[in-house]
Formats: sequence, C-alpha cells, structure tokens
Amino acid sequence: MISRRSFCKKSLLFAGGLAIPLSCLELFDPKRLLAEKDQKGPRWVFLVDTRKCVGCGFCVKGCKVENEVPYDANVTRTWVERYVVTTDGKTHIDSPKGARDGFPNKGIDIGHGKLEEIKDDDIDKAFFVPKLCNQCDNPPCVQVCPVGATYQTADGVVLIDRSWCIGCGYCIMGCPYGVRFFHPVFHVAEKCNFCYHRITKGMQTACVDSCAFGARRVGNLRDPEDPVTKVIMTERVNVLKEEYGTKPQVFYLGLSKEVK
Amino acid sequence: MVHGEAWTIKEFFTYPNEYIYWTIQIVMYPFMTGLVAGAFVLSSLYHVFGVKQLKGIARFSLVFSFALLPVAMLPLLMHLQQPLRGIEVMMTPHFTSAIAAFGIVFSTYGMIVASELWFVFRKHFVETALALKSIEGRSALQQGQYLLFSVLTLGAWDISHEALEADERAVKKLAAAGIPVACFLHGYAGFIFGSVKANALWMTPLMPVIFICSAVVSGIALCILTYILTMEIRKQLSRRRRLAHPELPSMEELKSAEAHVVAMTSRYLLMFMVAAITLELLDLIFRGYTAVKSWDILRSVIYERDFVNIFVVQYGLGNLVPFVLFLIPGLTIRRAVVGTVLVLLGVFMMRWNVVIGGQAFSSSFSGFMHYVLPLWPDNMETLKEGLVGALIVAGVPFCIFYVLNKVMPVFKETH
Repeated sequence: MISRRSFCKKSLLFAGGLAIPLSCLELFDPKRLLAEKDQKGPRWVFLVDTRKCVGCGFCVKGCKVENEVPYDANVTRTWVERYVVTTDGKTHIDSPKGARDGFPNKGIDIGHGKLEEIKDDDIDKAFFVPKLCNQCDNPPCVQVCPVGATYQTADGVVLIDRSWCIGCGYCIMGCPYGVRFFHPVFHVAEKCNFCYHRITKGMQTACVDSCAFGARRVGNLRDPEDPVTKVIMTERVNVLKEEYGTKPQVFYLGLSKEVK
Repeated sequence: MVHGEAWTIKEFFTYPNEYIYWTIQIVMYPFMTGLVAGAFVLSSLYHVFGVKQLKGIARFSLVFSFALLPVAMLPLLMHLQQPLRGIEVMMTPHFTSAIAAFGIVFSTYGMIVASELWFVFRKHFVETALALKSIEGRSALQQGQYLLFSVLTLGAWDISHEALEADERAVKKLAAAGIPVACFLHGYAGFIFGSVKANALWMTPLMPVIFICSAVVSGIALCILTYILTMEIRKQLSRRRRLAHPELPSMEELKSAEAHVVAMTSRYLLMFMVAAITLELLDLIFRGYTAVKSWDILRSVIYERDFVNIFVVQYGLGNLVPFVLFLIPGLTIRRAVVGTVLVLLGVFMMRWNVVIGGQAFSSSFSGFMHYVLPLWPDNMETLKEGLVGALIVAGVPFCIFYVLNKVMPVFKETH
C-alpha cells in the first residue's frame, strides 16, 4: 500500500521529470529557430491611393472571379465605398453590391433598395475608398479562433484553413473592419488573403492587376527598394481604425476623416 | 443565399459583408448556461452554507442543473456552420480564444455535478438495486433496471451510517468547489462577448459579472417555477393516490411545504436581481457619461431602436414588475408563478438585447441592421437559427429532467 507521503513525493518527482523534456520544446522551439536563421522573408503590405480610385469596381469583379466567391452573392473579399459630403456637413456613404458593378446610380443606396438623391450643388466633396483585409500585425481574428483554423503566416498574411474552420463566426465578430463572411459554398469563414497563391509566385493580386488607375499596389515592407515600401516610408500615409490596436498593414494615401 | 441574409435588414451604410451572424441560438446559449449555473448555485446554498429552508429545492435544482447541462452545448452546435467539426474545440483548442476554454470548463463542471449527484443519490441506488435483487424471477424490465442501478452504485454498496456521513461531507466539498466553477462557466460566456473589441456594445469588463448575476437570477427563477409546477402535479397525483395509500402526505402538508420553499427562495432571487440591475445600470450610465466615439450610434440603438426591448420589456416587465410582485407581503404561489415567468422573460431579453442589440449597428457606426426572427422554417438554416430551433433547445432540458427523475427521484426522501 502506497503511503500518502510517498505518493506526494513520487508525484512531485514525476512532474519534475516531465518538466525537463517539456522545457526542451521551449528551448528548441522550431519556429523561433527558423525565424532566427532567416529574417529575410517578405512582409506583404498593401498601398491604396484613394485619390486615384474612380469607383469602377473592376477590382471587385476581378477578385470575385479569381477567388471563386460566387459572383451574385452579396459578400465580397474587397469592395469600394463612395463618400459624398454635402454642404450641411453630412456624410453619405454607400457601396451597392460592394461596387461590383461600380456605382450605376447617382443616388446613394440607403438600404431597402431605396436611393437618396443628392443635388450636385449640395456636394462639398466626394471620393472613393477601396477596402480589403488589413492583414493586421496583431490580428484579432486569429486570436479568437477557437480551433486555430485561421492563422498568420511568417510573411504577415492571415489565412484560413477551410478544412478546419468550424464556422462559429467568432472571427467575423472580432474583425473591426467587417472583411470576413461565411463562404456561401464552403460554409466556412472567408476573407481577402492578398491573393496569397499569386503573390507568393511573384505575381500581383487580382485586384491590383484589374485596377486600370494604379490605385492599388501590393509590396514587401522588408525590402527597402520596393516602390510600395518607399512610398510608405517617405510619404504621409494613414491606416484604418488604428484605435483597435490591430496594427493594420493596408496603408492609405489621401484618407479623409469621414472614412469609416 | 449568403448566411445571415435571410434574416438581416440593412439600413443606411453597413459594410457589404456585415450581417447578423449571431442569432437566436447565441441568445439561447448564455440563457441556458445561465440557468445551469443559477440552478447549481441555488442547490449549493443548502449544501455549503447550510440554508436549511432550501432543503426541499436543493436536490431538485441539482438534478435540474444536470439536465440543463447538455443543452448548454446544443445551441452552439445548431449555430455552427460545420457542426460535425464542433468537437475540434475540445480536441484542438486554440487557447488564445475564449471559446477554446469551453471544453475544459464544461467538462470540469459536468464532472463535479455528476459526482455530487452520485453522492447524493448513492443510497437510493443501493437500496433500489438491493430491492430489485431480492425479487425472485425478475421480468426483463426489472432485470434491466437491476443492472442499471447496480452499475450506478459503482461497486460501493456500503450504506452504513458512517459511509453516508462520508457521502455528505463529499457533497459539501463538491458543492463548494462547484460554485466557482459554475460562476466561471457562465462568467466566461460573458467574457466571450465582453472581450470582442470590435463590438462597441459588448466590450466591457463588467460583462462577465453582469452575466453571472443575471444567470443566478434566471436559474433561481426557473427552479422556483419548475418546483411549483411539479408540486402542483404531485398534489393532483397524491389526491388520487391517497385514496389507496392514506400514509402519503396530505394536500395541506404539500401545500405549506411549497409556499415556504417558494417564499424563502424568492428572497435570494431578489438579492441577486438587485446586484444584476445595479451593474447593468452602471454600465449604461458609464457609457453615456464617457461618451466615446461609439456612443452616438449606441445611443440611437439603446434609446431609439431598441427602446421597447430594453426599457419596456427587459427593465420594466422583466425587472421592475416582478420586483414589486415579490416585495408585496404575503407572497402567494400564483404571484410567484407570474413573477418568475416575468423574471425569466427579463433575463432572456437581456441576453437578446446584448447579442442581437450588439449587432444592430454596423461597425462603420453609420448604419443599422435589423434582425427578423424566422418564425416558420423554409430551409435547414432557418430551422436551426429560427424560432423552431430555439423552442427545441428550450424543450430538451425538460425531457432530460423527466428521464433523470426516473433514475434519481428528486422528491423522494433520502438521507
């Protein structure tokens, strides 16, 4: 019969013995070793020049086709917002169908299929703002995923494992930018991944390729010679919703205070 | 059709991908876990703190808490887009997520309640098994029952006075350990919401505490209500049975026991209700006073769009009216029934106003979303995340309780 004293002793010994091999995992963390060896990998970032965007919506079309998001579904990985600021100080915003077909109506879409007409004379300023996933450095969506189905790669892009996502929607709730949605076919979380399958092969993203005005550019922040990096480092750029502490990596030129 | 499009109406500017993704099942989830935690805390008041007056309802609420437990998981499963992968939350938890703790907290709590129940009902298991054993030529049903109860004893057949006293000590310890775990189980449901920094209405450190307080309120209310209903049914049954067995308790005895327990339990209900309302109002006042960026849209949701849901149904009907009903001296059973039903409505509406209200505005702060509850299902999605799905979740615990009561009779006097 084992006595209480010897049971306690043996348990402590057992726990201590377990701690040694477990601490090796910390000492020889393969991820960290790899990171220490190779710091030269890219950090993908995005640059949007809102002054060049005309709201044609080709980027949205290109994205939907490239990434197999059903064309007529009312969800999209990237979209364009239209801002109209009137003389009374009000800001009118819309993005009909994510601007997949551009902005066919002059009136502002206010939901229920209704349009709000605004007279040309009442407009102080108007502009377009393309939106996409910010591939945050501190991504809240990755933090809240209960099964680790969404994760951040070493080059900064946040990806989703479609074979592992349980579809709880916590990441959708956790994203302050509203970029996530449920894929209508796969029934798992879905979002923009900077066309990861393209950029890792040296190509541009589908939206960058579709933009005829050069409003969208993708680049590598770790390469000082990259033209995108040069703009980010030398010009006055801004990011969206900095107050959430997500450290977004989509940089904007010509951002206005009205932008949500 | 995109998930969420069927029940979301958008107004003004919302981001294209925004829909009401968390629907009635996510309202049911904290409501059900709240009932679990509340029922357990009520039973612990007797087992740990020795509140003798609660003896009648303590065992009842413990079994009921166990019946509610599997149902706390059901709404989550019905809400998942990939329900078959739901088990991965337990198998491959990602611990930076609040939901990942679910498996651990849930199973710890389940084990505590199960072992406490075993200690409480061990004597009954042994006695029943022995009684069945002594029957010569058992029928197939009796043989099945005999096997079931023998297995339930787990080989511990000793029901001497010392052994039963040891059981009682174990129950006390388990009940004491269960209180923090029950609070954690539910407080953590509050944490799931309170930690979403992207949602202006949810994000507050008070959320877990508010959830716990309202959980205890709803748990006690449901226990009182179910207790009254079962006692009424027993009264009707005993009226018939007493003709054959005059030794059974009379109608008057049952009635006075019932009134006494209800009056006593409602005192505790009131105490927790005061705590819950205080915290909720503190949260509301603090938001208005600090008036950060999100306050403009929150104000229009709280004071305009959801005014009826929040101030009329939740605070008025669900809190103020039952508060007055319970405080008027000379509490009658009928008044207690009305009061507890209203309290349950109030807590349900609180969950609703948090979950649905939190999604009533766009994270652009420039538009609104309105949730239309699918009443009649026209496909699997509206079945699971509509009224029918919610009613299934609400009905299942009573079915489980019915079965559990066959094995662990809550009204039979044990030791």
